[in-house]
Amino acid sequence: MAITREEVRHVAMLFRMSLSEEEIARLQHQLSQIIDYFQVLQQVDTEGVPPTSHTLALENVMRDDEPRPSYPAEDILANAPLSEDGFFRVRAVLE
Amino acid sequence: MSPLNLYDLTIHEAAALLARRELSSRELTRAVLDRIHQVEERVEAFVTITEELALKQAEEADKRIAAGDAAPLTGIPAAIKDVICTKGVRTTCGSRMLANFLPPYQAHVTERLLDAGLVMVGKANMDEFAMGSSTENSAFHPTHNPWDLERVPGGSSGGSAAAVAASECIYALGSDTGGSIRQPAALCGVVGFKPTYGRISRFGLVAFASSLDQIGPLTKDVTDCALVMNVIAGHDRRDSTSAPLDVPDYTQALIPDLKGIRIGVPQEYFVEGMDGQVRASIEAAVNKMAELGAEVDWQVSLPSTGYALACYYIIAPSEAMANLARYDGVKYGYSDRRGDSMWRNMELTRQHGFGDEVKRRIMLGTYALSAGYYDAYYLKAQKVRTLIRREFDAAFQRCDVLVTAVSPTPAFKLGEKVADPLQMYLSDVCTIPINIAGLPAISIPCGLTDGLPVGVQIIAKPFDETTILRVAYAYEQATDWHKARPNL
Repeated sequence: MAITREEVRHVAMLFRMSLSEEEIARLQHQLSQIIDYFQVLQQVDTEGVPPTSHTLALENVMRDDEPRPSYPAEDILANAPLSEDGFFRVRAVLE
Repeated sequence: MSPLNLYDLTIHEAAALLARRELSSRELTRAVLDRIHQVEERVEAFVTITEELALKQAEEADKRIAAGDAAPLTGIPAAIKDVICTKGVRTTCGSRMLANFLPPYQAHVTERLLDAGLVMVGKANMDEFAMGSSTENSAFHPTHNPWDLERVPGGSSGGSAAAVAASECIYALGSDTGGSIRQPAALCGVVGFKPTYGRISRFGLVAFASSLDQIGPLTKDVTDCALVMNVIAGHDRRDSTSAPLDVPDYTQALIPDLKGIRIGVPQEYFVEGMDGQVRASIEAAVNKMAELGAEVDWQVSLPSTGYALACYYIIAPSEAMANLARYDGVKYGYSDRRGDSMWRNMELTRQHGFGDEVKRRIMLGTYALSAGYYDAYYLKAQKVRTLIRREFDAAFQRCDVLVTAVSPTPAFKLGEKVADPLQMYLSDVCTIPINIAGLPAISIPCGLTDGLPVGVQIIAKPFDETTILRVAYAYEQATDWHKARPNL
């Protein structure tokens, strides 16, 4: 297998996502298969080929520096799972 | 009044009746809503049906028409894929994560459609966060192909395509990151257009893979496609990747002959495992285009095509991972608060808020971008992306359009590919390279095999949507495939 259980766990934690033991086992199998498939790219000679991150010939698009109204705080907080006094509420970050 | 059912009308047919006051938007909208009540239990094309809103919008449209202020889309009922933000109307992205999300703003395309007199009948079902090729990854329910209810409609815009095919709307919007408009359009026998990357603003389109995503129309014919494009295309400063280019009147492209058009048929797109009938339909479509005056080169080669799928499944998940990091259970969306710390709750929120395919892609993207693997996967894929683009550039030196299959097979059975992600990914092998190169491409109906629709793909160079529409229109006018309707 291209990827170990430990690596699956590690990658999930890089994204801050927990997984059940069953999910880890399934993902190890499926990700290994897909990562093996990726090896096909190693056959391609890309010596001296620049990478493409984007297909448009646009660079550093700037907008005018004009003040504009932003969305009302109450509209934004309306979707928040928990809020208080105009803030998003979360559990303690520091112990 | 023609004998056919009102819900079967195209945009241009309905608009003509509306303009002559032989039909009101209210009657048309009522007919489409009744059709939804009649077939939706079997098709399940929608996440949300907005009946009240539609009837209110229809009344407004009728006032506009009475005042002589109508545009071609005024009062025409549409479905909007549930990845496009509609202010105040739940926008779920097919995910548990956003099951109750009410967008505080309107997407650019919905804003444009509203200005044109939109009647929205509902938000269309989709694979979660547009990741999938069958609409089975919706957190709510799968959608069924109107041609055979035991088969998938394709994906990720499967709800939009099924709704158009089942006449549960007159037209729909979808989004396409690797084939998500064209593949379901092909499998459901409708027209689906992915314009050039940058042609339509992505403002308000919930992001999946930002360098690949593009919004486009799903319609009953090519004329309708041009009419919707005329409204939604164009620059928008709220999307910095939206191209600052003038937009032509796409209806001017609808010319029924192909004299002087050079068509290329890339050999690599007749992939291993392609259904024989699909292949025959594509060849017949190209022959028909030749009869209409096009010159055909059957020997075009795009040698890197076979690497596009691997390239895509590195780039798209990498971008998706960065985009999906916003779902933290704090600002909006599903929030799991069973943990004892903010971090633990974030981990649980993602574990229980995202479905299997989304987690798989997050994991692939996080892996591909992680320390030690970046050069081997992500950077390598971006270099291969350059090669794929260059090959298309070279082909378009000699050809005006390329013609290929959309999907190597017709619609497959629900459940058939769920357990094997790689097999599912392979169903997009003919559509993915187009997103990688940022090109425009359409899928139009070109046949039926055992009662299931087949689509042909027409691809052009960046921002040459007009040539695609011309070829598609000429072919459509010379054939009857677009008139076939499923028996529901």
